[in-house]
Amino acid sequence: MSQVPSELRYTKDHEWTRDNGDGTLTIGITDHAQEALGDLVFVEVPEQGREVAAGEACAVVESVKAASDIFSPLAGTVAEVNGALADAPERINEDPYGEGWIFKLSPSEGSAFARLMDADAYARCLDDE
Amino acid sequence: MGHRTPLFAEHARLGARIVPFGGWDMPLHYGSQIEEHLAVRSQAGIFDVSHMRTLDITGNRARDLLRRLLANDVARLREPGKALYSCMLSERGGVLDDLIVYFRGPDSYRVVVNAATADKDLAWMRTQAQGQDVAIQPRTDLAMIAIQGPEARRRAAPHLPLELREPALALQPFFGVDDRDWFVARTGYTGEDGFEILLPADQAAGLWRALVAGGVVPCGLGARDTLRLEAGMNLYGQDMDEDTNPLESGLDWTLAWEPPDRDFIGREALEALRTAGGLSHLVGLLLTGPGVLRAHQKVLVAGKEVGITTSGGYAPTLRRSIALARLEPDIELASGDPCEVDIRGKPTAARLVKPPFARQGTIRIDLD
Repeated sequence: MSQVPSELRYTKDHEWTRDNGDGTLTIGITDHAQEALGDLVFVEVPEQGREVAAGEACAVVESVKAASDIFSPLAGTVAEVNGALADAPERINEDPYGEGWIFKLSPSEGSAFARLMDADAYARCLDDE
Repeated sequence: MGHRTPLFAEHARLGARIVPFGGWDMPLHYGSQIEEHLAVRSQAGIFDVSHMRTLDITGNRARDLLRRLLANDVARLREPGKALYSCMLSERGGVLDDLIVYFRGPDSYRVVVNAATADKDLAWMRTQAQGQDVAIQPRTDLAMIAIQGPEARRRAAPHLPLELREPALALQPFFGVDDRDWFVARTGYTGEDGFEILLPADQAAGLWRALVAGGVVPCGLGARDTLRLEAGMNLYGQDMDEDTNPLESGLDWTLAWEPPDRDFIGREALEALRTAGGLSHLVGLLLTGPGVLRAHQKVLVAGKEVGITTSGGYAPTLRRSIALARLEPDIELASGDPCEVDIRGKPTAARLVKPPFARQGTIRIDLD
């Protein structure tokens, strides 16, 4: 069974979002997603400073199996990106909720985070698959 | 649900990710496809290839039938146990399947064909054999395990029946030897040394478990695909099929034109194609820009489409992405020449290279 940390929020596209408490959110893919994709071999992170809409494709992860778009869960500005993934995409497999984070977002609306799926809802979503 | 091989329970026990393949439920990987791939290049890995179909072809017309059915010539097989790789063609020269045929003795051959095409192949072969003294016997009672890698033969030998150990270790590449229902061949689909072992289905789990317990790494279809791609070997259904032909699939070397009077199926069509010229050809690509090459991506030169990738992926031995691509007729590109590949809408830099990309643990192309 894949891990679903309770303090994070989720999307149906198997991404997680963490509220950093400093006005930024960190975004990555879930344990379930990395397991389904298999070994990650390439990550294209968004440009820092890019403005993104909610649901906009802004990054790509490619595994041995396939390429997948990463969608911004909320509207905002890309505040920081995980440059280490360029040389070590396997960090997403090894530590999807930690070292494998993909980018940080400054959301344009502060309260939007709370509207994302909580861990229980995401776990149910996984059960339905 | 697809068919299950005699090793299905072993895959489940090892936590394999199971995927449908050619009508079978097969292991894609057991955790990390890349680690499995690298284990085969550096030590040894085992693969369940029981989904492939073994056909025993016997009778005093067996040789004549195969000389008509196959584009390569079984008359080249003179020593018992010798193997030959061949395409089986349609009348118009399309590739119905690629296969390995083993010469087992006068009037006796063993053919191993792809899983997805097995039923179609058998029907085709039986149609061609009609009214002749030849029997085509599917050996669904056998399982097949491939053990591949520099340490494969040494690791496998102690687990073979006693009578087969020495003869198996004495095999030259592309030869096989058998003892009752066990058959061991020094063949494979990875670019590494090793064996492919046919054995009674009820003994397959025993051999599998003994090899895994001894530290041989179980490998899935994912690693099998990247290993064969690095080795520059075609995959049926992807790099060639009924709508393409060996001349346009890098398989000229498998066509036995001599003797000129051997009338194999597809010969006339291939000769006409060869005379007409204007054939496309299969080449290797190394991605020099960012991303991962996949099948069905456009190859571009100066913005113009000149071909399409037929297989592509991340190559763990090279730590780069590679592909096989079919270039259109009259595209004059040589090894080392730059091109671009359309990766999800982005023209990305690549370079022509001559396969194999990697074999026997070593990188065979220039990465710089």
